[in-house]
Amino acid sequence: MGVEAASRLELGSEQDIVRARQAVRKLAQECGFSLVEQTKLVTAASELARNTLIHGGGGHMTMARVEEGVRYGIRLVFEDSGPGIPDLSLAMTDGWTSGSGLGLGLTGSKRLASEFDIVTGPGMGTRVTIVRWR
Amino acid sequence: MSNRAIDILKTNEAEILGDWLQDLQKSGWGEGGQFSDGDWKGHAREFLHLIGNATRGGSFSVESADAAPLRAFLENLSRTMATRGATSAQTASFVFSLKKPVFARLRQAHASDATALADGIWSATELFDQLGLHTVATYQKSREDVIRRQQEEMLELSTPVVKLWEGVLALPMIGTLDSSRTQIVMESLLQRIVETGSEIAIIDITGVPTVDTLVAQHLLKTVTAIRLMGADCIISGIRPQIAQTIVHLGIDLQGITTKASLADALTLAMKRSGFVVTKTT
Amino acid sequence: MERIPILRIGEFLLVTIQVDMHDRLALTLQDDLTRAIEKTGAKGVLLDISALDMVDSFIGRMLSHISAIASILSASTVVVGMQPAVAITLVELGLELPGVLTALNAERGMALLRTHMDMGVTTDGRRGGE
Repeated sequence: MGVEAASRLELGSEQDIVRARQAVRKLAQECGFSLVEQTKLVTAASELARNTLIHGGGGHMTMARVEEGVRYGIRLVFEDSGPGIPDLSLAMTDGWTSGSGLGLGLTGSKRLASEFDIVTGPGMGTRVTIVRWR
Repeated sequence: MSNRAIDILKTNEAEILGDWLQDLQKSGWGEGGQFSDGDWKGHAREFLHLIGNATRGGSFSVESADAAPLRAFLENLSRTMATRGATSAQTASFVFSLKKPVFARLRQAHASDATALADGIWSATELFDQLGLHTVATYQKSREDVIRRQQEEMLELSTPVVKLWEGVLALPMIGTLDSSRTQIVMESLLQRIVETGSEIAIIDITGVPTVDTLVAQHLLKTVTAIRLMGADCIISGIRPQIAQTIVHLGIDLQGITTKASLADALTLAMKRSGFVVTKTT
Repeated sequence: MERIPILRIGEFLLVTIQVDMHDRLALTLQDDLTRAIEKTGAKGVLLDISALDMVDSFIGRMLSHISAIASILSASTVVVGMQPAVAITLVELGLELPGVLTALNAERGMALLRTHMDMGVTTDGRRGGE
């Protein structure tokens, strides 16, 4: 898979979440994503960026254009060195409709992305990677 | 060791251009030819010039920063040719036709040195291979874009959104509903709802042969989105077999109103919108 | 500190939410709106999100909360102007905005609010049947 130079954004404050959204929106537009595709990616990015900040204690987002044969897309990686997610299977089922704020936005982001990968564990920090192909 | 092909191009640019223009004229690229667009001489001149710029440093790589304008030129050429219906071979022939005058000059320059000549031909071949491949690759992408756009246009034509009444839109769906088609249709229906401020959308599936779980899911998603925006949806054209399938599959229509016919749906929509129809005679 | 302005239009409160609202701004809006409802005794709140090109779980929850809080204070809330791309994304996310009434635009939103206000009930998110 070909990857163009990635750009990195620190996620240390709420304003950074907004900046992340704007950066992803801009890249998606440049890559020719449709409005709906842009919105889905930006929304997923917002969720994951917030997770990184709130649950991970801060971290960073890396974004890059990726190419695989004839298709191309955008890859976003959210990384933090926080406490990690102790029970991943629970977090992945306890999504949105719990409503009380426990939803980590993971299941939602997974649904909005073409590919989703997460590496985490107690005390290990968390790294979430999503790819959206055009 | 210098790149002999690049040297030849630099020192003999004018003559190579002259020969090339003659060849182009003969092969349909020139005046009145099927690929001509009036400025073919300018294009050829520019192409040579751009190669000169890209090889300024004595070496050539089609991916390099120096070659960016050259890539842009080829992409433009590919795109224009693709929209005119030319094949990728025809498009690449523009690039490859430059080989002949270059090889001719190389032969002249190294007539007495077989090794040098072989070197020159190899460097020239490498250069043109890269250019030709890039041309074909961008050509493919352009064709794919054209095809995709045509597909979208066909989809839009086959699922028009119609205004049935003040505040009532109808979407007659015909044929099988697959994922990408439903998405495009959903987006255009939602867009029309916002544009017209219509509070009721009727999705008519009389023309849809089968409704399986996937199709039902797509319909449900569409209706949910419509409701989120502040409008509502009626599904009409549910044939008895489809009604049976829905029940057998255990699909929960989640309180979506359904009607057997578009006419019934329209009657309901007008009633909900507060319209009353009276016969005057 | 920046705040989202709350306008009073007759018996309604109108809030037009701008793009790229960060979390704290959203929470401030919730507070400000609660106080405004109490202070003005408004019975209807119109939240215009037509400029929002994205609604994520945080903003979605804020909309639900505002609706619920307003209801407790005897006011109805209608969210208007949701963009199609946002609606499609919310559905894909599985976020249903429980307890939130929506309308296509401000005009319909106000009509909807008036219906509810006339009936003397607050919005609870349920749409009427036939």
